Amino acid sequence: MSADRRRETEERPIRCLVAKVGLDGHDRGAHVISRAFRDAGFEVIYSGLHRAPEEVVQAAVQEDVDVLGVSILSGAHETLVPQILDGLREYGALADTLVLVGGIVPEGDQAELLGQGVDEIFGPGASMTETIEYVREHAPERER
Amino acid sequence: MSLVDDLLAGDQRALARVITRIEDRAPGYREDVAALHRHAGGAHVIGVTGPPGAGKSTLVDRIAAAYRERGRTVGVIAVDPASPFTGGAVLGDRIRLGANAGDPGVFVRSMSARGTLGGLSTATTDAVTALDAFGTDVVIVETVGAGQNEVEVVGAADTVAVLVPPGSGDDVQMLKAGVLEIADLFAVNKADLDGADRTVRQLREMLQQRRSEGEDDAPAWDPPILETVADRGEGVEAFVDAVADHLDWLESSGRREEQVRERYAAAVRTLLREDTRDLLAEELAARGGLEEQVDRVVARETDPYSVAEAVLAPLRECVRERREGSGDGE
Repeated sequence: MSADRRRETEERPIRCLVAKVGLDGHDRGAHVISRAFRDAGFEVIYSGLHRAPEEVVQAAVQEDVDVLGVSILSGAHETLVPQILDGLREYGALADTLVLVGGIVPEGDQAELLGQGVDEIFGPGASMTETIEYVREHAPERER
Repeated sequence: MSLVDDLLAGDQRALARVITRIEDRAPGYREDVAALHRHAGGAHVIGVTGPPGAGKSTLVDRIAAAYRERGRTVGVIAVDPASPFTGGAVLGDRIRLGANAGDPGVFVRSMSARGTLGGLSTATTDAVTALDAFGTDVVIVETVGAGQNEVEVVGAADTVAVLVPPGSGDDVQMLKAGVLEIADLFAVNKADLDGADRTVRQLREMLQQRRSEGEDDAPAWDPPILETVADRGEGVEAFVDAVADHLDWLESSGRREEQVRERYAAAVRTLLREDTRDLLAEELAARGGLEEQVDRVVARETDPYSVAEAVLAPLRECVRERREGSGDGE
């Protein structure tokens, strides 16, 4: 069977952007999740460090990702994450992008982020298997 | 409005969506590409290849910035390999896009090789068509140089640049793999490292040798050898100038026209091959599948030639009938 045909019958790979935003310079977690996503068969684009929210939005739009994972440890989530959400909304891309936040988000701030359009937050100790399962279950269906 | 209309109207998200449809071979993507083809043809397509670690992404980032300074819009298609086991991939180029991050005049798209050779080159060519129709002035296709993949992918490019890291060994190993033939220009990147001079010398000797091996009537383009230090931006202007020189030469020598014709001929051939293969696979499946036929061949009830003929004969007849009948207004 040809590769072309095989591809039509198989599911398309889930595309993810793993992003680091702001001044936070620790990207070990982002690397680990990128690798785990890759091993799960996803196509992963890693943004690199020190991105501005608008750069993350632009990358998510151009790469047409299903999932945007923002890894943030610096405590700047309250300012940076809403800027990303607004940017996605402006492009009309928020509704069909699964937005995840990983890293350190104090419990008190979580409800607010979730209310603003973040789909799920994975804190320290979140299991990789669960995260991958969550993405598989919640990655938006594409009309084809 | 359709996605294609939105793309033509300048909507980046529609462009991104169309490229996804192309990658996924989503139903109807062919009609999209067919519609876009009419609006394409204006872009200058540059292929950049070289071994992992040669500094391709960094150089591409700087080249893109140089074009932006010259007022041109830029598209980048960065192809990375996928895992043969999981199909997953880490597509890395965003990390190196420092100079252009956030600039809407630069559209960067990462593509995974998704495990197929022929399929990749079709998808890349189609994605170039989408960027071209979008109105992008310069499209850069960047790919890891590791074999046949690259030779196919650069088929989409007007100008091919091969990056050679210093100290690539006495034989300049990658040049054995046919990369010498596809290069319109060479860039010895990281030229500040030891061994760069030597690599330049080796390349020069190799090119001279090729010239003396007598291609007297061959078109007179002499691939320049440039030295660049991409992370410091050195040699980038010279690189962009050399690419422009090559484009001038393509146009003045009539080679560009020829090249475009060759490219479309190759595209038609590839599509025909793929579609015929699919049609035959379908026919074979309808006859109980390959395994059943092989069983009969093994049991000496039939032979490979007869099986192939039995599958193909009705198609051949059908096509011929249609062709001959087409005279009376079919």
